[in-house]
Amino acid sequence: MNSLPLLTLLTLTPLVGAAVIAGLDPKHRSLARGLGLFFNLLAFSLAATLWANFNVASGELQFVERHDWIPSVGVQYFLGVDGMGLLMVLLTALIVPFGLLASGRSRREEAQTSGTKIDQSLLTSAPTEQLNAPAFVSLLLFLQAGLFGAFTALNFIHWFVFYELTLVPAYFLIKLWGGSQRSSAANQFFIYTMVGSVTLLLSMLAVYLVTGSFDLIALAEKGRTGELASLFNVRIAGWYGLSPRTLALVIFFGAFLGFAVKVPVWPFHTWLPATYAEAPTGVSMVLTGVMSKMGVYGFLRILLPIFPNEMQIMLTPLLWLAVATIVFSAWAAMMQRDLKRIVAYSSINHLGYCLLGVFAVASFTGSDPKWTTEKTAALNGVLLQMFNHGITAAALFYFVGLIEQRAGRRGLGDFGGLRKVAPVFCGLMGIAMFASLGLPGLNGFIGEFLIFKGVFPLAKWAAAFSVIGLLVTAIFLLTILQRVWSGPLAEQGKAFPDLTMKERLIVLPAIALMFVLGVWPQLILGAINNTVLQMVEGLKL
Amino acid sequence: MPWLIQNLWLIPALPLLAAGLSALMKRPSRAASASLAIGSMALAFFLSCAAFVKTLADPAAHFTHNFDWFVLGETTFRLGWVLDPLTAAMLVMITFVGLLIFIFSVGYMAHDDNFTRFFCFLSLFAAAMLGLVIANNLLLLFMCWELVGLASYLLIGFWYQKPSAAAAAKKAFITTRIGDVFFFLGILWLSSEAGTLLFYDGGAGCLEQSALAKLVVQSTWIGMGVSTAIALLIFCGAIGKSGQVPLHVWLPDAMEGPTPVSALIHAATMVAAGVFLVARVYPLMAVMPEANAQGPMPKVQVAMATQIEGGAGTETNRVVKVATNVPPLPEGEGRGEGEGTHGKHLASVSTALQAVTWIGAITALFAALIAVAQTDIKRILAYSTVSQLGFMFIGLGTGGVAVGIFHLLTHAFFKALLFLGSGSVIHGCHEEQDIRRMGGLRKLMPVTFATYAIGMLALAGFPLLFSGFWSKDEILHAAWLWQPSKWPFLLGLCGAFLTAFYMTRQMWFVFFGTNRSAGVPARSNSEPMDASDLQDTHGTSHASAGGDARTPHESPPVMTVPLGILAACAVFLSVFGTPAWPWFHSYLSGHAPHIAPSIEVGTLLVMLVSAIISVGGIWLGWNFYSRRGPKTAEEPDPLEKLQPDVFATLRGKFFIDELYQMSVIAWNAACARASRWLDDVVWDGAVRAVSLVALGLSWVNRLIDEFVVNLGFDQGCGGLRLGARLLSLWQNGQVQRYLRFIALGLVLLGVIFIWGCK
Repeated sequence: MNSLPLLTLLTLTPLVGAAVIAGLDPKHRSLARGLGLFFNLLAFSLAATLWANFNVASGELQFVERHDWIPSVGVQYFLGVDGMGLLMVLLTALIVPFGLLASGRSRREEAQTSGTKIDQSLLTSAPTEQLNAPAFVSLLLFLQAGLFGAFTALNFIHWFVFYELTLVPAYFLIKLWGGSQRSSAANQFFIYTMVGSVTLLLSMLAVYLVTGSFDLIALAEKGRTGELASLFNVRIAGWYGLSPRTLALVIFFGAFLGFAVKVPVWPFHTWLPATYAEAPTGVSMVLTGVMSKMGVYGFLRILLPIFPNEMQIMLTPLLWLAVATIVFSAWAAMMQRDLKRIVAYSSINHLGYCLLGVFAVASFTGSDPKWTTEKTAALNGVLLQMFNHGITAAALFYFVGLIEQRAGRRGLGDFGGLRKVAPVFCGLMGIAMFASLGLPGLNGFIGEFLIFKGVFPLAKWAAAFSVIGLLVTAIFLLTILQRVWSGPLAEQGKAFPDLTMKERLIVLPAIALMFVLGVWPQLILGAINNTVLQMVEGLKL
Repeated sequence: MPWLIQNLWLIPALPLLAAGLSALMKRPSRAASASLAIGSMALAFFLSCAAFVKTLADPAAHFTHNFDWFVLGETTFRLGWVLDPLTAAMLVMITFVGLLIFIFSVGYMAHDDNFTRFFCFLSLFAAAMLGLVIANNLLLLFMCWELVGLASYLLIGFWYQKPSAAAAAKKAFITTRIGDVFFFLGILWLSSEAGTLLFYDGGAGCLEQSALAKLVVQSTWIGMGVSTAIALLIFCGAIGKSGQVPLHVWLPDAMEGPTPVSALIHAATMVAAGVFLVARVYPLMAVMPEANAQGPMPKVQVAMATQIEGGAGTETNRVVKVATNVPPLPEGEGRGEGEGTHGKHLASVSTALQAVTWIGAITALFAALIAVAQTDIKRILAYSTVSQLGFMFIGLGTGGVAVGIFHLLTHAFFKALLFLGSGSVIHGCHEEQDIRRMGGLRKLMPVTFATYAIGMLALAGFPLLFSGFWSKDEILHAAWLWQPSKWPFLLGLCGAFLTAFYMTRQMWFVFFGTNRSAGVPARSNSEPMDASDLQDTHGTSHASAGGDARTPHESPPVMTVPLGILAACAVFLSVFGTPAWPWFHSYLSGHAPHIAPSIEVGTLLVMLVSAIISVGGIWLGWNFYSRRGPKTAEEPDPLEKLQPDVFATLRGKFFIDELYQMSVIAWNAACARASRWLDDVVWDGAVRAVSLVALGLSWVNRLIDEFVVNLGFDQGCGGLRLGARLLSLWQNGQVQRYLRFIALGLVLLGVIFIWGCK
């Protein structure tokens, strides 16, 4: 509808910003941050324009741009968003500035200006680059560009380029600005996800060999009609002496592994707690808020449409993995003593619900319209949960970051009774926590309800086991409230400052969204419903 | 008055608005916060009364207003609210009792730092409960249900600086959430089977004939009917919220909250939610397949008979009439009619209702036993609530909605009265809660004493004058007529007897005998607020009153007036539910309020037994304690002297908490530890092993590179160089050496030649 290539502009904006800011002298800290915010604002207004011009009555791709890139191998510059892509673009445009604002001042600067006592061990290990704000902002914008690109690209190679590009800034952000274990965490993060990417790439190359196409939309169509399955039978029969069916499963598993590491799916999750815990606050927020959604997005955009047969064959083990992700990560969170690691594990737990929904809709059902409704509910729930979790988890990381900034510590047992000296802090963090544990009236509930509503009739036992996760989540989140905020005020907590006006303003949009989406989920569901309906139609075999 | 039905949401919205506004207020705006809360509650009360009047005209109708919440595929998800006698009666009770508790709190919390926040939470609590009551959608009900849980969490943990309060709040939230998780599964199941969660929707709702007919014919893999399974799952939610065995453990701990909160939890809101839930989904609870039906569309028997009498209304305002559940009690024997068809007695009560009855009966006796040995004034009341909730469930299971809800309403009034009375006592005794350190307070606190006595008599079920007698009598009567078993009736009787006994014990300890507080050091650890502030404010207020700071005193009128009003209600409410004029039953059962009194021999007999039990309990308690009651705070309870082991078990609450600590909590912790172990050792270990293998391979690679490829190359080169050097020795350009070699060669040749010729 719009002759302006909005999606290209959207990806270019932070990229240009990153280039401009990278050229700044390290001394110009506030200029870098100001410019970073400016480019974020620009990107946000572009995303808002997309939102405003998006035709919610259609589940089709919109704002499509398509140009040949490397015609000989079928690589195209192919952009477009449907409801799902739009939602993710919007989330990126919201969370990255939130993360940027959250990484206002480093611990060292804080200590220098306010004279707050902080743990010396954290300081001595802090690198000198910490003060290089332009590089930080530039990398964050670079990361944003990668995310925008990945959520809008629809040709596999085009998409893969951006998908991998996000790793580079994330790696350096963790490696240079992270906590004391940052180096090993960054390496593990990079290599682990890289391994997943390699298997994904190999699988998709196999698919290309079979079909001659990298076009995700065309591949989805082939997957839906079963053409892909028959092509598998013809083209790759006899490779390594394996049956086509087994080969297809191997190819599926390669692609699965790529996303499984990214989400992550239990047991491919061990890189996550260390990475989130070591990353600087603002980066943790973007990692959990947006980057973890790339995995679920990949499941929905690539795996589910292209490999519906294989997902059905593997349905039971996949559901077990989802249940394990939900339940074991919740239990593991219960045993953590570092606030950041607790939130990291709860992040795995929440994405587990998304996985549960994604896997359950792959189950084979007849053409009874009842199942369409249930599957639509589950997928609507998954998308809603992705968005909601992005906001809630980012807010929680922000709060934990603030605690750490104030006290220099973030152990569960390091505090007590802080509610007395910081009531507003406690109240707002409490809201975020209750949103996270799925309290009705706040955003987390509807997504979880819809997922469970859809999954229950499709896989009763999986839903029944997964509710253990709901219970354990309540236990560890309330334990945080109990140990950090309640009880007698510890002596060293007396100087703990409440939220400043600036901090309140930074977190206000997130808190407001928690309430708004909690009572008015139609705001999101209205935009994605038709996309989801179309996805569900695509699942009918 | 369709306006009222369309705007029924205002009733919960008003307190919610008050909560929202006072959440934004600063600490010093005490008056604004309190008046906002009380004002909104008063308005809600008037609206509730209007709604109540509306239902009087047509008690059989379920007035509903449904609206779209969000799109879902090709359908929409709808929420709505409903106005029927059940809702109306609950609305009036909650707003009225809530209002009195709010007013009382102004006095009770006057010295608290977080006064503003307190009224914010109270309003939220009331709003959530009111929303729960008007919900016409099980999901909306569940949402409000969870918000009730949140509000109770905030209020139980209101004195957050006390570690015990913070722990109790968490325990309450998590214990009830265990029940809620099952409730949630029940909702999911109902949603998938019935296709809707609306209760009443012009014939299409999940509590209406067609949906129930669909549910009842399906069975699960263990042969249990789907409707039964769903009903039991939903009942699990009620068990958690209403503190029934085995999820009762949070309720006594919830006494850590300020006393008005206890009153609100125990009377008007939290625990009533569970009973209300069962009453609300009663058609689902009671539905059962007719034993003989084999056809494709079997007939359904909903308790007695549920018929849709009249059809839909306008688009937005569907008015449906469903003759609800159970006829009034005097017709209770009519149950026999249904049995004629299939003869078996047991089959006439659905499995779900049997479960409700049994859980209720066990809880009624179990909690009453524990209450006998408690010494904390509020904990005794807490266990009595647990026990009375058991009675309500017996009533629901055996007699139907009206019987259970009538006891809920009468209990709400006298339990609020008792809790506020105990609050007045605690306030007057300077935050002392141990009844062993009280005594003789009737002279010092006359108003509190008089009202407390009325509440106590009502709870004990003293015959004829008090509402508690009539509502409990009905429950016992219904239990007596219950066909599956007579045990619930007997358990209930024992519970009623014990109730009379332990309430008399408490009365004696608190108000009679001599004051035992003298010479006992103040229990500073039970100080609820910041110990220093509270002591100060109390000290000054008493100094100005000219009395000794340790002498108990009567509370101010802002606290005693609500007590008086509640006491009056505890007496007068009985007129609505006597067997002679069972107005309330016909109202809740959807009959026009014209009543033909029918008093039968059985009714009178049960009434007589119930009266004897109650009076007997009081008599025994009075005799026992006025003769042998302790004279000092340290002296053990006379019961303890009599039966030390039994008493210790009762005082230890049958050690259920300890049992859970060793079982459920330990298992959960073990699972958590196992998960951490899996992560840290197995999966992380696997990752490390893979990386070690990779590192090992690269190391081998390096070795090969350095020692085989590189070294081999280097050595090859070295060998070449050496050879070259050796070769180069031959040609160093010195003619003498060349000649020397030629000479040597000639000699050698000469030698070989000579040897060859020999």
